[in-house]
Amino acid sequence: MESVRVSLRILRPGMFTTVQDLGRSEHQRFGVPVSGAMDSWALRVANLLVGNDEGDAALEVTLTGPTIRFETGALIAITGADLGATLGEAPLAPWHAACAPSGAMLSFGGAAVGCRAYIAIAGGIPITPVLGSRSTFVRAALGGYMGRPLRRGDVLPCGEPSSLARRIASATGGGKAGATVARWSAGAALRPAYSAAPTVRVLPGTHAHLLSAPSADRLYGATFGVSPQSDRMGYRLQGCALELGAPAELLSEGVAFGTVQLPPGGDPIILMADRQTTGGYPRIGEVATVDLPLVAQLRPGDSVRFRRVSLERAQALYLAREHDLAEARRAIALRFPE
Amino acid sequence: MHFSPLGDRAVVIALGATIDEATHRRVRAVCARLEMRPVAGMIECVPAFASVVVHYDPARVPLHASVGDARALARNAPASTQDASPYACMVASLADALTPPLDERPLSAAVVEIPVCYGHEFGPDLVDVARHAHLTPDEVVQMHAAGDYRVHMIGFLPGFPYLGGLSDRLATPRRATPRTLVPAGSVGIGGRQTGIYPMDAPGGWQLIGRTPLALFLPDQEPPTRLRMGDRVRFRPISAQEFERWSPSA
Repeated sequence: MESVRVSLRILRPGMFTTVQDLGRSEHQRFGVPVSGAMDSWALRVANLLVGNDEGDAALEVTLTGPTIRFETGALIAITGADLGATLGEAPLAPWHAACAPSGAMLSFGGAAVGCRAYIAIAGGIPITPVLGSRSTFVRAALGGYMGRPLRRGDVLPCGEPSSLARRIASATGGGKAGATVARWSAGAALRPAYSAAPTVRVLPGTHAHLLSAPSADRLYGATFGVSPQSDRMGYRLQGCALELGAPAELLSEGVAFGTVQLPPGGDPIILMADRQTTGGYPRIGEVATVDLPLVAQLRPGDSVRFRRVSLERAQALYLAREHDLAEARRAIALRFPE
Repeated sequence: MHFSPLGDRAVVIALGATIDEATHRRVRAVCARLEMRPVAGMIECVPAFASVVVHYDPARVPLHASVGDARALARNAPASTQDASPYACMVASLADALTPPLDERPLSAAVVEIPVCYGHEFGPDLVDVARHAHLTPDEVVQMHAAGDYRVHMIGFLPGFPYLGGLSDRLATPRRATPRTLVPAGSVGIGGRQTGIYPMDAPGGWQLIGRTPLALFLPDQEPPTRLRMGDRVRFRPISAQEFERWSPSA
């Protein structure tokens, strides 16, 4: 089997396209945000579909997708929101792998629901890791491709596809003239129920008891709007301000992906991938990890409601979902045996 | 020592409620212990003024961890930890790892000197801070540079040190309207704390000067000039000295 170094050429960058992996852990104590994919579940599944390690670097595409030309044939997969991808002439629905022949163009038409799609390429994107990760943290110009979103003319390398990737590619029609989309795809269990108005499960926050009684009710009853001032660092909610029963003076301490904090203005913020490592605002809730993809796919103008979940239930859901992913990994290995 | 959940993938170990030397030593002792005796499933520890957050992967926590005496300790945690959930097992393992007495003796600390050009365009709020303290700007500079500061934690931005030890006389409330851009190197006062912005960022602290030193060094490991526990001294420098500093420093 000949080994080729595929590369991707960015013809149009789209709104905000970055290289992301599962993030830069082990450096939070130096104040370095974790970053990584906003919808890390979708990134993991995308990697799975092309025979990669689940933490390999891939592209995170935001709302308006890029136009990409594959300089050599490649096995790719798209997951996350349906941003209307087309590979050559063929529509490429999310959660599918596809073979892109040399010279093929991947473009995006637009989204009905959701905000972010992931493009994984067999072999990953082997740019040099910074502090243990290939994720892009734009605010500090750290990692990724030159620490910034992709621009027109950028050329990204691709790594060596795994032997599993080669088997998937040849079964999917690699070598044929046109683009071929796999007839199989990630099963329903692997696809989060993205929505423009989801209900998201939230665990009680450390300082939930500091909320005034009406605000404590509203947290789990009201509909919050997603503010235009929402980005990879955090989602600002609006339309239903909350208040504390009494002013609280808190010391800054560690926060997490999904922490719902309440700044003095009363509009809650959900901390996301590029969140700061520590925070001093009251933490009124914590989004269950299994529902973070639903938040990561919200766009400005969407709405969200919260439903209370216990820690035990949230962790049981987490373990069940990890089990689903492990099952999918086994199923793919079985479907494309050596 | 009190454990509580931070969502479904992290634990807060509360070690006090105030910013003080004894609490700081406890925070460092807990981090040092967990570095020496990592607990299965743990991803990383994030120390702060009076707590340590331990991030973990619930799928990697052994669900039948040995829970002897540690189990009793874990009962101090909320009732929800009684089942063998990943959280309960994590807390049991952490309590176990932290049970032998911690070394909370004062640790030797590096003393790091930070050159600062005070006032002028480098410290646009120096005059306001002086007015608030009923001092002259020169007195503020003298007092700030005479201080003996401790890095209590690093957070907010990569390499941003939260420094304790600011003279009470210099404590100044944050600006009513935060600046959209605080230049990298700016030395600021926010309430009773002082700190240094490692990179351009929005911020509400009162800016009294700027250092030409880079605080965040992403090509190094660890990537920060200052570490938790370090002592910091500020040395006033002139604008000429500031300009002479190599941009790569």
